[in-house]
Amino acid sequence: MSKTYFTSEHEWIDVEGEIGTVGITDYAQHALGDVVFVELPALGKTVAKGTETAVVESVKAASEVFSPASGEIVATNDAIVSQPGLVNEACESTAWFFKLRLSNPAELNGLMDRPAYEDFVKGLE
Amino acid sequence: MAETSRGLMLEEPLIFEQDSPGLCGVDLPEPPLVIDRLGGLERQEAIGLPGLSEPAVVRHYTRLSQKNVGIDSVFYPLGSCTMKHNPRINEKLARLPGLADIHPFQPASTVQGALELIDLTAHWLKTLTGMPAIAMSPAAGAHGEFCGLMTIRAALEDRREKRLRILVPESAHGTNPASAAACGFTVDPIPATARGRVDLAAMKAKLGGDVAGLMLTNPNTCGLFEDEILEIAEAVHQAGGYFYCDGANYNAIVGRVRVADLGVDVMHINLHKTFSTPHGGGGPGAGPTVLSAALAPFAPLPAVVHDDRGFRLVEHAAQSGAKPCGRLKGYHGQFGVFVRALAYMMSMGADGLRQASSDAVLSANYLLAELASELTPSFAGPCMHEALFDDRFLKDTGVTTLDFAKAMIDEGFHPMTMYFPLVVHGALLMEPTETESKDTLDRFIASLRGLARRAKGGAAASFKAAPVHTPRRRLDETAAARTPVLRWRR
Repeated sequence: MSKTYFTSEHEWIDVEGEIGTVGITDYAQHALGDVVFVELPALGKTVAKGTETAVVESVKAASEVFSPASGEIVATNDAIVSQPGLVNEACESTAWFFKLRLSNPAELNGLMDRPAYEDFVKGLE
Repeated sequence: MAETSRGLMLEEPLIFEQDSPGLCGVDLPEPPLVIDRLGGLERQEAIGLPGLSEPAVVRHYTRLSQKNVGIDSVFYPLGSCTMKHNPRINEKLARLPGLADIHPFQPASTVQGALELIDLTAHWLKTLTGMPAIAMSPAAGAHGEFCGLMTIRAALEDRREKRLRILVPESAHGTNPASAAACGFTVDPIPATARGRVDLAAMKAKLGGDVAGLMLTNPNTCGLFEDEILEIAEAVHQAGGYFYCDGANYNAIVGRVRVADLGVDVMHINLHKTFSTPHGGGGPGAGPTVLSAALAPFAPLPAVVHDDRGFRLVEHAAQSGAKPCGRLKGYHGQFGVFVRALAYMMSMGADGLRQASSDAVLSANYLLAELASELTPSFAGPCMHEALFDDRFLKDTGVTTLDFAKAMIDEGFHPMTMYFPLVVHGALLMEPTETESKDTLDRFIASLRGLARRAKGGAAASFKAAPVHTPRRRLDETAAARTPVLRWRR
C-alpha cells in the first residue's frame, strides 16, 4: 500500500517500501501551461531533500523540481523528455519524473497529505 | 490607429524560395584566361545561391525590414528593457571615419583619440556611480554579470576562501541565477515580501561562511526601490561576501543615487538601455562593470591607461601590477557603443541625465496611476521606472495575460513584458521610459483601459483571436517549442 505526500513547491512523492516516485501536481502543470521541455537527473545521482533535481519548462516559464526527499535516483521517466506534453495530460500518474531510493524516510513526516495539500492550494487562489 | 493603417500587408517568401536559377543582379564578362592554381580543389557543384534580379533582392530586404517592429516604429514599453529613443546624433558621431574605420590591431599611437574616448566614457560612468574602477570590455548585461562574478571569484581565491553560494532574490533579474551558475556558484533564492522587496530576515538567515555574495537588482523587477539596501549591503559584507547590484534598471536612478553610497561592490551598466544605444536586434550591447576598491585589482584585461606617453592598452597581467580575473573578450569592448553612450552623456549633461531618470520615473507612475482604475497594480505606488500589474483584473473573464498582450499588438503597441517577474501572477510589466510624450502615454492608457473593459465585458473570443492586424496571426508557441524547425530545407 503506497502513501502519497505533497510539498509546498507542488511536487508529489508516492512512497512504496523504500522507493519514492516523484512528480509535479496538477496545480503546478496548470500554472505552468503547455510544458515544452523536461530535464531529468542522472541515474545513480544522490540528491538531498529540497535540492533542485529536475527542470520543467513551459511556454511561460522555466521552473525547478525540488526533490521532496533525500536518496539515490534509481529511475527516470524518459517518456516525458521525448513528449513533454504528457506532463500536462497525466502529471499525477504516468508522467512521473523520477524514482528515488529513500535514504531518510523520516523526512517525509514534514510533508503534506492530500487533504492538507488541497487546503494549501485553496489558500493560494 | 491600427484601424486606419494596415494596407499592403505583403507576403514575403524566403529569398531561397524566390530562386530563378541563372538569374543574376550583375552581368559579368567571362574571365580572361587565368592560370588555375587550386590544384584540383575547385568547387565541383553549384554553390546553391538563389538567382534573383537586383530589384527583387532590394524589395525582399526592404519588405523584411518593414515587418520589423521596434522603438523607431511604435511605443515599446517592454519592462526591464528600457526601450528608449536612440538619438540620431549618437549614430552620426559613431559613423565618423576616425571612429568607425579603425582596427583594434592598429598601433596605439594611431588611435589615441579612440583610446581617450574609452577612457572618457569610463570616467563618466565612474563619476555617475561614484565607483573607483571599471571594466569596459563586457559585451552586454549578462556578460557584465559574468564579469562581476568572475572578479568576486578571483577575490575569494585570493583570500583563499571557498565560498560557492550566491544569494539571488526572487525579484532579481532572470539572468542573475544563470550567470552565477555559469561561474560555478550554486544559487540560493531569497523570497520576496508582500511589499515586493527582499525579505531581509530570510536573507540574513541564509548568510554564512560559504556565501560568496548577493545579487540584487535595484530598482528590482517589480519596479520598486529596495529601500533596505544599506542594511542588505552591511549584512552581506559582515558575512564576508560581496554585494553585486544588477544595473539593468539603472535608468531609474542615474544622477539621483550614487551606487557607491549603497555599499555596492560591483554593478554592470547596460549602455544599450540606460545610455540610449540601440538594442533588441538593433546592434550589440555593452555592459561596462563598475567595481569597488575591494574588487578593482581583479578587473579583467585589457584596460586603457593614461600616462605621460599618452593612452595605451594594458594587455597582460604582468604589465598591470594587479590580479586580473582574466579576459572576457577579444578586444577592448564594444567601441561603437561607447561612442554612442558618450555622445548621449555629453549631449545630455549632468542635469539632463538627472532629468531623464526623473522623467522615466514620472512616466511609469503616470501609467500606474492612470491604469489603476481598470488594471490591478501588484504593489502600492509610487513605483520607480516601471509599473507592474498582475492578472487579477482578468479573473473569470477567460482572457489571459498572453491574450491581453496579443490584443495590444492590434492596438498598435508592442506588448509589455509578460509573466515576469514570477513573484506576481500573470505579470504585465510596463516601462515607458522618459522619451515617450504624454500624448503617446495617454493613447496607450486609453487603449489599455478599453481592452480591459472589453475583457471584463465578455469579449474573450475576440482576445483569443488576436492579433488580427499582423502579417501572421497567433503562432502556435507550444508546437514551436516542442518540435522546432530550425533549418530551412530545399
